[in-house]
Amino acid sequence: MIVAERKKINDILDIVKDHKKILVLGCGTCVTVCLAGGEREVSIISSALRIASRIAGLPLAFEELTIERQCDNIFIEMAADAIKRNDAVLSLGCGAGVQAIAERYPDKPVYAGLDTSFLGILEERGMWAEKCAQCGDCLLAEYGGICPVTRCAKSLLNGPCGGSREDRCEVRPDLPCAWQLIYKRLKDIGQLDRLKKINPPKNWNKNLDGGCRILIREDHRI
Amino acid sequence: MRINTFEPKIIAFCCHYCAFAAADLAGTMRLQYPPNIRIIRTPCTGRLETEYYMRAFEKGADGVLVAGCLEGGCHFIDGNLYARRRVNAVKEILKESGLEPERLRMVNLSAAMAKPLVDIMIDMVNTIKELGPGPLASKKKQIKSEIIK
Repeated sequence: MIVAERKKINDILDIVKDHKKILVLGCGTCVTVCLAGGEREVSIISSALRIASRIAGLPLAFEELTIERQCDNIFIEMAADAIKRNDAVLSLGCGAGVQAIAERYPDKPVYAGLDTSFLGILEERGMWAEKCAQCGDCLLAEYGGICPVTRCAKSLLNGPCGGSREDRCEVRPDLPCAWQLIYKRLKDIGQLDRLKKINPPKNWNKNLDGGCRILIREDHRI
Repeated sequence: MRINTFEPKIIAFCCHYCAFAAADLAGTMRLQYPPNIRIIRTPCTGRLETEYYMRAFEKGADGVLVAGCLEGGCHFIDGNLYARRRVNAVKEILKESGLEPERLRMVNLSAAMAKPLVDIMIDMVNTIKELGPGPLASKKKQIKSEIIK
């Protein structure tokens, strides 16, 4: 799940202040689950923006709408009328959602109301943690399902760094050492032998460097 | 002499099990509290969502008072503790929006605390009077002309 965080209200107001009618558009998928851009957050952020704009003396009108998914053309269509009757769109979707709408409506300014943070899970109530760095070359099978690329502060692939203190990370003492977790997990599933293998440097070609990644599946193309 | 006096409009969300009963007791005890307070009874302060506070301010409330049970005394075990955290989060949003966070206040009471509730209400009204009218309230309704001899 994509995890995002609300931008500060005054920053959002700065972004949209030159328009008159603004559509605050929520997304019912990932950002709803991480309590950043769902229907409720659309209502809260719109209320806050109305208050902030009145205080700043700006004559802004905010319309609220939430669609099922912003990163999909079929769902964006459901917001077509609302997008047309407003001067600008403040999208509370992730970065992909904002860009999907901007591409679909070339003559309409589309702004992001959230900071898209990472790909993670709900660790406990009100707490989300990053689990995947989307490196493009998954190594989870080697490490008992715990990702050293994401969860080790140094992304080490061949054992811990030696700086960890009592299972805590040297760089971030609030986090557990990923290699301690990997060792414990491999021990529990009886695969400690995997640690004897020396892994060569990782292939980072599939990572983000050098432009955005594109996936093509010929078997699904028309 | 004619001067303009600001009479704030304050919404008080009162929990059914404590503050609302305390307000009822205040009536029975003939304790007077300011007419600026508009009480809304809620089943628990934990029921109050962030949207409720935001909407109250958006629609022109000058202040919002949230009165829940004493900590540890919630009828639903921990509703008032959730409410406290939510109120703190809303204060942050209000601050970002340019509104004084003091306009929103959460207090904890028991059903027997009629006098403290009245004192809190009077203090809340005084605090809001010092802060002045909320920027979203209708200007006409806010200012009440008063004649002083």
